[in-house]
Amino acid sequence: MLANRVERGRYLDSVALMRIARRLGELPGVEAAALMIGTPSNKALLADARLLSAEGEASEPNDLVIAVRAADPGPALELASRLLAEPAVEQAERLRRTRTLEAGLALEPQANLALISVPGDFAAAEARKALERGLHAMVFSDNVPLEDEVALKRYAAARGLLVMGPDCGTALIGGAPLAFANAVPRGDIGIVSASGTGLQEVSCLIARLGGGVSHGIGVGGRDLDERVGALGMLAALDALEADGLTRTLVLISKPPAPRVAREVLERARRSAKRTVVCFLGAEEAGIARTLTQAAEMAIGRKLDYTPPALPKVRGAVRGLYCGGTLAAEAALILRNAGAPGECVDLGDHRYTRSRPHPMIEPELRNEHIARAIADAAVGVLLFDVVLGYGAHADPAGVLIAALKGAQKPAIASVTGTEQDPQRWSLQAAALRAAGVHVAPSNAHAAVLAASVVS
Amino acid sequence: MPSLLGGPPRVVNIGLAGFARDLAANGVPVVQVDWRPPSKFASLLAPRVAAIERANDEALARILAADPWLVGVRRAGELVPALEGERLILHAGPPLAWVRMCGPLRGAVCGAIVYESWAPDLAEAEQLAERGGVRFAPNHHHGCVGPMTGITTRSQPLLVVENRSRGNRALCAINEGLGKVMRFGGNDAEVLARLAWLRDGLAPLLDAALRACGGIALNPLIARGLAMGDEMHQRNVACTSLLLRTLAPHLARAATGPPLARALEFIAANDQFFLNVAMAMAKSMLDPAQAIADCTLVTAMARNGTDFGIRVSALGERWFTAPVEMPRGLYFPGYGPADANPDIGDSAILETAGLGAFAMAAAPAVAGFVGAGGFSEALAYSRAMSELTVARNARWPIPALEFAGTPTGIDIRRVVDIGVTPAINTGIAHRRAGVGQVGAGVARAPLGCFEQALAAFADAR
Repeated sequence: MLANRVERGRYLDSVALMRIARRLGELPGVEAAALMIGTPSNKALLADARLLSAEGEASEPNDLVIAVRAADPGPALELASRLLAEPAVEQAERLRRTRTLEAGLALEPQANLALISVPGDFAAAEARKALERGLHAMVFSDNVPLEDEVALKRYAAARGLLVMGPDCGTALIGGAPLAFANAVPRGDIGIVSASGTGLQEVSCLIARLGGGVSHGIGVGGRDLDERVGALGMLAALDALEADGLTRTLVLISKPPAPRVAREVLERARRSAKRTVVCFLGAEEAGIARTLTQAAEMAIGRKLDYTPPALPKVRGAVRGLYCGGTLAAEAALILRNAGAPGECVDLGDHRYTRSRPHPMIEPELRNEHIARAIADAAVGVLLFDVVLGYGAHADPAGVLIAALKGAQKPAIASVTGTEQDPQRWSLQAAALRAAGVHVAPSNAHAAVLAASVVS
Repeated sequence: MPSLLGGPPRVVNIGLAGFARDLAANGVPVVQVDWRPPSKFASLLAPRVAAIERANDEALARILAADPWLVGVRRAGELVPALEGERLILHAGPPLAWVRMCGPLRGAVCGAIVYESWAPDLAEAEQLAERGGVRFAPNHHHGCVGPMTGITTRSQPLLVVENRSRGNRALCAINEGLGKVMRFGGNDAEVLARLAWLRDGLAPLLDAALRACGGIALNPLIARGLAMGDEMHQRNVACTSLLLRTLAPHLARAATGPPLARALEFIAANDQFFLNVAMAMAKSMLDPAQAIADCTLVTAMARNGTDFGIRVSALGERWFTAPVEMPRGLYFPGYGPADANPDIGDSAILETAGLGAFAMAAAPAVAGFVGAGGFSEALAYSRAMSELTVARNARWPIPALEFAGTPTGIDIRRVVDIGVTPAINTGIAHRRAGVGQVGAGVARAPLGCFEQALAAFADAR
């Protein structure tokens, strides 16, 4: 059946009309559809296409003809009315997209930072290009050859530029969270970290203690390696030293090579600003032993926490972690407490080959949780739950589902802030409601776990 | 050096787009770079980069210095002597034998044979073509271009565009209008009668007018057209009007009464009249950039309905071809994708010169053919195409791009590296000869052409 509807005095350009006609033509039962302005030539075209009825024939050049040939033209005519009422332009994605660095710079000539997350084999070349253009670089990519890292950091140092990374997962620059970072209020504490989750934990605890972060600069996990010689950390210290907003410095790393440690500590001592050093596992006096302690020393106040008195259980602690530094910190605490157990870093390359990182997909932890629940040697379960940008939308929910029916005590900490997309209090409350003991920090959670088994 | 810590950063995010979205959500200025690995040729060509850049600069200088003028309309045989010597039919795109020609191209060939009186009717014309009674060659081999089937034979009148900066010229037939026309494979009596009038009626008149006014400079005309919403491929309404306005008094001095009226009516009724002028202009600009050693810029892109072909400066007359793709677009009432002929025509010379899809930002009215439509889409097209080119043509500014020039100089290295190929704004022909245009849309140049060309370039030397 052929139907024509004429809208008097309606004009739209032919492209807009053809787009609507195409949508009508896609409806089931529609043989043909067209929308045209009623000029003689258009009416001839409609007639040739057997789409012109007497009503359309009577249209004039200021009219719009909607023509449908279909078993039931009703739905198509209705859709046409709706589409004609809509604004013509669909909202395009806001993100400005290009294919090359040059084109990106043409769009954002004031850009001063390149965030690079290309495969490791290519990351150094991209970072070099960015540095050549006078941009600072944050290299999220891992698997970048060590000699490339050294060359990049030397090149940058000679030009007064910063290279964060490679393998730098987190940074907070001028209040902007880069890659895996949390929504942390701004303040006067500057952090330089060779560990992404270490930076996240410390910055979130600072926020929880009522403080704020001026900048959190990641330098990559190998920066304090003998061969890199803390080139990144020293450059970051210089930058924070010159930054007017920063009054306290926090340095975070695994224990560096002795020569490198000496150089960094020497540089920290020379600083005009108060400096807190956290070399996880280092024994030197005056150095924070845990990330929690680093945050507390920076603020000058302790987390308010009375651990619950949990009944002792037989067996060992099984820590299943998404954050590598958090796993290392917990393992260290268990060892120092003489508690039996192990902490597995599920973000390690062994587990993430061709899979996403468990911070993005915490489901990857589930099979390990099931195995730990079934393992008679495991007495207590210990977890991290990492929130923030880039992380899963509801990691607590994933963990709760995996723990369903477990008879063993479970202890967790939530690395995050109230301003994070997942909201710290909501995630913690959900865990508590599911029977998980939520400690205010990873170190507290590990201490609690150790106390249950020893 | 600019301090990183002085204020909120401004970020170029290269790689995972989620990071850019988070930054944008936090109000941080960010541009996303959709990165992909460089081609294997990048390292292979590294030692030649300096020579390549020098050669490309030279080619670019020639293209940007072009000063094209529409100077006359003359008989094809007189302009291209090869057409007189034998029964030669020029067609669009890279070389193609009769057996591989699509429907519209065959239809146009048969029409041209009858038009040239080499056969009394279409049936005999087809037999003549089949048994090799005519020879075929691409327009591009004889200084010509033609839209769609692009058929050029000796008796046709051709528009002559002279590039006064280098003294070369390029030729194109007169646009016949929409519907049943030879460039879409039309070949019946009506089509042939119109062609006869173009030859005997319009052409002498146009030639006289152009001679009388000393030719028409095209650079300024294009600049005005861009400002008025033309991109010179799918939309030529502004340029056609500007041309007609300039020519009208000279036409009126060359003819009067019904012949003058018919000429004015014919041009005024065809929004795409200027298309063929723009094509000859584009070729006249690009030809001087041909055959420069070490130059990686594209000097022609063309389709014959079967193959898509490109030519690259350093690789001279060679064509690099791949199967042509179907255009995506919108259809006139009663037609759909099933009716469409694969992409055809020399008109991609416009994109090669930085117009058409490359200048889409000048013509938001055309953007709807590409997809969602809208002005932001038009901008995105021009931006995406500018990543394939090495410069901008300052003589042709696009108001919506802050008056940046049209993207000019397609570099095969960039195309292969980025993995994005030139977009081409195109009319869509019916797959059967003689039906005519059934829609319009956008076609993509196949990546294969560029990969082959770059491989050949890497091999040479």
